[in-house]
Amino acid sequence: MTRATAVTPAIAVARVAKTYGSGPTAVRALVDVSLDVLGGEVLLMMGPSGSGKTTLLSIMGGILDASSGSVRVRGEELVGMPERERPRIRRTHIGFVFQGFNLFPALTALENVALPLDVRGERGPEARDRARGALERVGLGDKIDVHPADLSGGQKQRVAIARALVGDPSIVLADEPTAALDSISGRTVLELLRDLARDAGRAIVLVTHDARAVAYADRIVSIEDGRLREGAHDPAALPSAALAALAH
Amino acid sequence: MALASVEQARRSVNGVMSMITVKRLVPLAWRNLRHDRVRFAVTLTGIVFSVLLSAIQLGLFVGFTRATSEVISHSGADIWVRSRGVTHLETAAPFLERRRHQVLEVPGVVSADPHIVRFGNWTKPDGAIEGILVVGIDLESGLGRPWNMVRGRVADLDEDDAVIVDELYAAKLGIAGIGDTAEINGVRARIVGFTRGIRSFTTAPPVFTRHAQAQRYLGLATEQTLYLLVRAAPGLDPAALARRIEAAVPGITAQTTDDWCAAQQYYWMFGTGAGVTVLIAAGLGLLVGVVVVAQTIYAATVDHIREFGTLKAMGATNGYIYRVIIEQAVISAVGGYVIGMAMAQTASALSQRGTTAILLPWPLTAALFAITVGMCVLASIVSINKVTRLDPAIVFKG
Repeated sequence: MTRATAVTPAIAVARVAKTYGSGPTAVRALVDVSLDVLGGEVLLMMGPSGSGKTTLLSIMGGILDASSGSVRVRGEELVGMPERERPRIRRTHIGFVFQGFNLFPALTALENVALPLDVRGERGPEARDRARGALERVGLGDKIDVHPADLSGGQKQRVAIARALVGDPSIVLADEPTAALDSISGRTVLELLRDLARDAGRAIVLVTHDARAVAYADRIVSIEDGRLREGAHDPAALPSAALAALAH
Repeated sequence: MALASVEQARRSVNGVMSMITVKRLVPLAWRNLRHDRVRFAVTLTGIVFSVLLSAIQLGLFVGFTRATSEVISHSGADIWVRSRGVTHLETAAPFLERRRHQVLEVPGVVSADPHIVRFGNWTKPDGAIEGILVVGIDLESGLGRPWNMVRGRVADLDEDDAVIVDELYAAKLGIAGIGDTAEINGVRARIVGFTRGIRSFTTAPPVFTRHAQAQRYLGLATEQTLYLLVRAAPGLDPAALARRIEAAVPGITAQTTDDWCAAQQYYWMFGTGAGVTVLIAAGLGLLVGVVVVAQTIYAATVDHIREFGTLKAMGATNGYIYRVIIEQAVISAVGGYVIGMAMAQTASALSQRGTTAILLPWPLTAALFAITVGMCVLASIVSINKVTRLDPAIVFKG
């Protein structure tokens, strides 16, 4: 038994299957996938297009429901959870970073970052300060009143990361966060994500085709045809800061 | 200077909009609308014309409705007595004035004065003929007199051939001032005064004269009249007195002024179908508004569908997203209403100079505001339905 398995994982995926459609035309997107993601680690999920990476990410984030199996987020079972309860899980535990940034063009950088707080009903001056702090955290403290259209791709993704972390989630799910970025911006984003894991013991799940991301991962899994393969990095290699966070 | 004014106006609009929207950290609804200015302008334009069309049609309806019964509602009488079977004001059948004495004998009747209202023909100085409504009043009674006199005096009707007309219809009647003459049903008529704003629903303007003169114009015998205007004793219920008069005097109908007004309004607005036409136009105006707003809000929702998906991914409830959509609809409704109603009020003010009044009493404008907001919220339901069915996984599509 490794050190990491002795603690409760941030996300525990057990024997999950996802099938789209039914009968002879059914598509099996995921087959018997089991995976734990620990607080403080950066888990890299790789695989060819259509392999099921994004489907698994959606299921881990409570956006899609699995056809069978179990998905526990911070101990709460998502499979079979009523649709009306899922938003609470996402609000409380999960931050998302998307390939296409998914920023709101009508809002300033600060307002984009503040949106998850507004969704949570946090609307006082403290909330605004937190949003400003999150932007400063990603190095964009001087861009609070700038609209996304006036930001570079790398800056947009940093705003998106600030938005993902402003609610202080314990899990960040990132889908191809560097796909639309140049190498320098991509590296900055990967460093930010790694720091998020290190500093606050967050679990970071990174779906990517970007080979540069390997250098920032604590563990790598690959998916092919909906089946999971454990990769090169061992959880035993987790840094001490992450382990400290896991102890909580 | 001009730039400062524009900036001030912009701040005012932002201030108003932030008051309208639910207090949020991020006023997403207003930002979305402001971001897509062209679409917002199209939405507002649709609502403005919907409000304008509906307000003017309903204002015309109110104006027409009042015009049908102005001669009754301004009479000052408590009860109108007429021959049984008469359904509307302008076609009353004559009865003998001895009925007056029978009415006066009913306990509670203070006075019962003869009155005439009937269509007639006005021959202009150039020989052209116009339809008019001859109103014959008992000069001694004080009831049924012309109001809003702007030239001449009601007492001047005591002179031979004297008539009073409204200045709105002076050109139509081919007269310009006091002393001008014309003919009513071939009998000489001389202008002794003008009123302002006494309109007719039909094309026949009211022409006031004294009762005896009206009898001559309309070929009635001296002992005949068309109406009795009754004044009830103070504190007496006019409706109860009307019932007593009907029971005591054969061959007549007695109605309170309010009831007779309502009957007259119903006859012209619904009995003839004229009001229904106006109401249908008003309804179509509202329908156009609903369709335009539904279409533009739906298009805006589809354009922002990924953003709504992102909100769902963040954990926003359907209620949160519905509020954003409904806020957009309400902001559009309020903006469109303010502009549309301002234009309608201008049209209403201008209409006071003409023979067709657009009247916008506050209950009507308040009701239109509620309808406009309700209509826009209704229109947003199509969009809400779209978002309800939204698959949040859309956010992962690059």
